[in-house]
Amino acid sequence: MNLLKEMASRDRVFDFMAPARSPVDVRHGPILYLEDVSVSFDGFRAINDLNLTIDDGELRCIIGPNGAGKTTMMDIITGKTRPDHGSVWFGSRHDLLTMNEPQIASLGIGRKFQKPTVFEALTVFENLELAMAADKRIWPTLTARLSGEARDRIDEVLVTIGLTGHRDRPAGILSHGQKQWLEIGMLLMQRPRLLLVDEPVAGMTEQEMERTAELLTGLAGKQSVVVVEHDMGFVRSIARTVTVLHQGSVLAEGSMDQVSSDPRVVEVYLGTESDNTEDARC
Amino acid sequence: MLASRSWLSRPLRERSTQIFLGVLLAALAVFTLLNLIVPAGHPLHVSTYTVTLLGKYLSFALLAVALDLVWGYLGILSLGHGAFFALGGYAMGMYLMRQIGDRGVYGDPVLPDFMVFLDWDSLPWYWHGFDMAWFALLMVLLAPGLLALVFGFLAFRSRVTGVYLSIITQALTFALMLAFFRNEMGFGGNNGLTDFKELLGYDLRSDATRLGLFLASGLALALGYVLCRAIVASKLGRVSMACRDAEARTRFLGYRVERVQLFVFVVSAMLAGVAGALYVPQVGIINPGEFSPIFSIEVVLWVALGGRGTLYGAVIGALVVNYAKTVFTGVMPEAWLFALGGLFVVVTVLLPKGVAGLLASLRRRRDDDASETPAQGASS
Repeated sequence: MNLLKEMASRDRVFDFMAPARSPVDVRHGPILYLEDVSVSFDGFRAINDLNLTIDDGELRCIIGPNGAGKTTMMDIITGKTRPDHGSVWFGSRHDLLTMNEPQIASLGIGRKFQKPTVFEALTVFENLELAMAADKRIWPTLTARLSGEARDRIDEVLVTIGLTGHRDRPAGILSHGQKQWLEIGMLLMQRPRLLLVDEPVAGMTEQEMERTAELLTGLAGKQSVVVVEHDMGFVRSIARTVTVLHQGSVLAEGSMDQVSSDPRVVEVYLGTESDNTEDARC
Repeated sequence: MLASRSWLSRPLRERSTQIFLGVLLAALAVFTLLNLIVPAGHPLHVSTYTVTLLGKYLSFALLAVALDLVWGYLGILSLGHGAFFALGGYAMGMYLMRQIGDRGVYGDPVLPDFMVFLDWDSLPWYWHGFDMAWFALLMVLLAPGLLALVFGFLAFRSRVTGVYLSIITQALTFALMLAFFRNEMGFGGNNGLTDFKELLGYDLRSDATRLGLFLASGLALALGYVLCRAIVASKLGRVSMACRDAEARTRFLGYRVERVQLFVFVVSAMLAGVAGALYVPQVGIINPGEFSPIFSIEVVLWVALGGRGTLYGAVIGALVVNYAKTVFTGVMPEAWLFALGGLFVVVTVLLPKGVAGLLASLRRRRDDDASETPAQGASS
């Protein structure tokens, strides 16, 4: 019955007829489009009428105090959490709310979690090899041989993330920052259109942060990148557009200077936070 | 076809596998020569009794390799691999029973002795076909493989891993032991299957057959090792290690973790079945004792002692521990379990990566010594 209803109401081709990976339609500008999204957990509204638009190739930073709904927003985009109402579109063709996690991932939305998890016993190269888009069933995996093209692709990503020198080292001996980059590299192997990056510089040294900033700004343009970050210094160094979340909705949006001079933002977030970071710098 | 051949032959190009195969085949040749050419009574002569003993060790080594494949590379600690070993052994035992024919004590042309003794008048349905060698050999693979398939499908689908899975495997082998102890099961109950006469027409008591079984065990170990190495060295092997170290992450990359686990688990169970099938004609008996949880735990100890996750370590562990067991149980039988426990404690404390880990660290130290000066030159 449900299926019939679904078939009647569908505004796109059925799953089994659609090509495995239909192109993302970004002719109308935005690659990601959230409208009036709300979700509550046990009566607590984690996301409250959130509207957000990310343009193709954009690098967007999302900041906000703890509990502002940043991670929940990521969960909704990747299909981990279903919103109570609202709509989420990837390009102008894909309604993400009708898809599950693997489908969304295969559309080209890659997500990097806060805590880096790489396969420590495998080498950096092998980590990237496993992450590569390929036929992942048993037999093809067993008989897989690395083509020259795939090898080139891995080497290319190694250059991008700056780990060429560590190619054949086990990932377990990498520093924290290097693991983060490797994880970003593993996302890149899947050729995503949109990268969601959760707190990339937490626990990094100043130098590693600079390197990460270079990496992320380098990615923007080819991919769209959404960064959720606490570190204001880092956000200032990479952001072109900043979105401030507060209590589950957008409080302010604009360049870093515009946002940081907004009195409401200063009140809820920036004032105390930037003081803290200034203190930390001294 | 070319591609599938190349993943199987990949290990043959590896240095470590070449060394392993070289040592194994050389040892087989040496023992064969010492048995055949050196006259009995000469101090270097290897008796047929010793050859059979070594053949038994080799079948244990194959079992250890099978366990290391799932434990070392997939992170699944099976405490019930003895069940697959015993099932393979029972399949072989049933064939050997049917080969006895009318030479049994009761002289029944079809029914094995224990069925006559139980007053059964016909063969149970599951005994049919075991008079044909090809069918029995197929069952050696299929019986453990099917059990592993069903068990693994249920366990991995529900994402049972870690300690819980270990406990369930232990329960599995214990349940099978209790079942096989029952006479009504039709597998000879307490006494199991024994009094074998011949295998493929060869007299099991002749020296030549015993030597042949020893060589077959060695060959099976070599092939099993190459197969495991081929899996481990393939991309699937790297995915297995990824499942072992970060299961959720692997799933997130789009791999069906439970299918990888199931595949490797079934392959391992089949190898264990082959080991059991080689073990039975050499010791001349199969009884429910092989299902006992203690035996399965002992197999884990072999692998741990030899070094988990190396495959050759499992072989070393199985050979060393079983040799020690033979010596110890000959000299002072009651002390064996203490010796085994002591050995395990010593290895856990002093050699956490087993004998193979010790070998690797010795080699690394030597390489470091040799390459210290050039390495410094390269890094500056």
